[in-house]
Amino acid sequence: MSVGPALLSVDDLRVGFATEGGRVQAVDGVSLELAAGEMLAIVGESGSGKSVTAQTLIGLTRSHNAEVKGSIRFRGEELVDAPERKLQEIRGSEIAMVFQDPMTSFNPIYRVGAQIVEAIRAHRDDVSRSEARAQVVELLDSVGIRDAARRIDDYPHEFSGGMRQRAMIAMGLALAPSVLIADEPTTALDVTIQAQILRLIEQLNRERGLATILITHDLGVVAEVADRVMVMYAGRVVEEGTLDEVFYDPQHPYTWGLLGSLTRLDRPRPKRLPQIGGAPPSLRSLPGGCSFRPRCPHEFGRCLELPPLTPRQPEAAGHCDRCWLDPEDKRGKREVDGRIGLEAPAP
Amino acid sequence: MSGGDRLLEVTGLVKHFPVKRGILFEREVEQVRAVDGISFGIAPGQTLGLVGESGSGKSTACRAVLGLLTPTAGSVRFEGEEIAGRSRRQMRPLRRQMQMIFQDPQASLNPRKRIGQIVGDPLKRQGIAEGAELRRRVEELLDRVGLAAEHYDRFPHEFSGGQRQRVGIARALSLKPKLIVADEPVSALDVSIQAQIINLLDDLQDEFGLTYLFVAHDIGVVRHISDRIAVMHEGKIVEQGSADQVCERPVDPYTKRLLAAVPIPDPRESRARRQATLDGA
Repeated sequence: MSVGPALLSVDDLRVGFATEGGRVQAVDGVSLELAAGEMLAIVGESGSGKSVTAQTLIGLTRSHNAEVKGSIRFRGEELVDAPERKLQEIRGSEIAMVFQDPMTSFNPIYRVGAQIVEAIRAHRDDVSRSEARAQVVELLDSVGIRDAARRIDDYPHEFSGGMRQRAMIAMGLALAPSVLIADEPTTALDVTIQAQILRLIEQLNRERGLATILITHDLGVVAEVADRVMVMYAGRVVEEGTLDEVFYDPQHPYTWGLLGSLTRLDRPRPKRLPQIGGAPPSLRSLPGGCSFRPRCPHEFGRCLELPPLTPRQPEAAGHCDRCWLDPEDKRGKREVDGRIGLEAPAP
Repeated sequence: MSGGDRLLEVTGLVKHFPVKRGILFEREVEQVRAVDGISFGIAPGQTLGLVGESGSGKSTACRAVLGLLTPTAGSVRFEGEEIAGRSRRQMRPLRRQMQMIFQDPQASLNPRKRIGQIVGDPLKRQGIAEGAELRRRVEELLDRVGLAAEHYDRFPHEFSGGQRQRVGIARALSLKPKLIVADEPVSALDVSIQAQIINLLDDLQDEFGLTYLFVAHDIGVVRHISDRIAVMHEGKIVEQGSADQVCERPVDPYTKRLLAAVPIPDPRESRARRQATLDGA
């Protein structure tokens, strides 16, 4: 649901780290645009670069052994080389981030409310402590914490996992940001709590127009809330498009594999779970050409050359992928036992 | 299934943990009813999936089954023999028969030992094999779980998460157990690796006639691998039945709630379900 000009535009972002084992290109040429009210999901496994991308957007990967190239513009302003003070201003007040584990995101020895009050006053010194406190009660209430006026003085350990994640989101929202980056926000939570947190994020996205980047490994979560989807593999985007394009007309064999290996409660169970062979490559020794090549049953000669991320079907200009296969051939190749999947590699 | 042909039979299992207050004079102020009177059985060669959210008592139930804690009440019978209340030494002969696969293969493998040692250790300790025979057996196990003989001398950190879980499975298999208790064996793994491990567990079950108690919070995965499913909530089993029956025709309100919360990885159906929920409410 693109509703206006991009709030956040990222162009050819590259993040490299110098490690003991050599240089690692964690993110290799990611571009994206995010408008108000839009929900973009970035999907990938460990090492895909999805979290590094998110952290880099708000300058959290800056360090002496990291190299960040490309452009990140927020409301037109370049952030890649912005001074740390500028980033601090933007973090929290304009772009909020929620992490996977709400236990480690709060300081255990301070009361929950006090920490959110602190976050508000760090950015707005004209707000008094009691005003901030009243705001926090309102915030906690708005994210669904019951009896907020009393719970505000609880310590983090007195909150359940779901409540801590709600409180994290409340803290993120305290300064009315325009962008929310949620990195696996429900992965550590039980499934009934996950559903509540997703509803909350969705509600904020729809009702307040909060532009949201949701980072997850779970395609089920994506299907529930996202407008657009980016699939990342080994530091690169291998496919991107609208939610329906990626789920119903997936173009990259890795996406086929991910969709195929999902368990469906609403379908009869298959005898064997379709699987993707092999394992994600180490970023230290990426194969040349397409990174998915060693795991792909459809590999052919051209895959030794890295395919560009481009639209391959004239009728879907926003649906891009990195695969040399002909879109016509793909329709047949991705059909395994009557559904989308990756056929088993030849023995 | 009559009671007699079950490999594992749990009856009225209760485990309460005391909550104590006070410094010098500790007194018990209340009890946490972690497991509150559960009963289930597993026939040989079958898989029982135990699902539930955190704090439902599923891990406590596992530990009682393995004889790792003494239940407050109830009985755990393995091949008809009572385990509940046995001392560690009395448990020892049974250990061969029941093995465990853990959630986090990173934390459950000794980082200073080589793969060969880790997998061969149970064989050595139980005095089953040593020397060249031990090595031959370990290499056979590695091969069986999809690793190579050349992995014998490597250390755990040289492996990916999926490979480490394969090492954990090889170790569990080494004593040719009858029962394997798997506690969240795939939840720490990447999506594309989960299916590989589930399929491996399936194959091994067919080949060795293994019996699984499979514990997980992911109902999709549990349904795929299980013959029967028991749903735990607040220390009790609220529903049990065949895997398809529990997933397709749930009866208990909690099971229904749990199933309704599982995301459907299909945008159209997900939208339809949400619309139905809105209309219903």
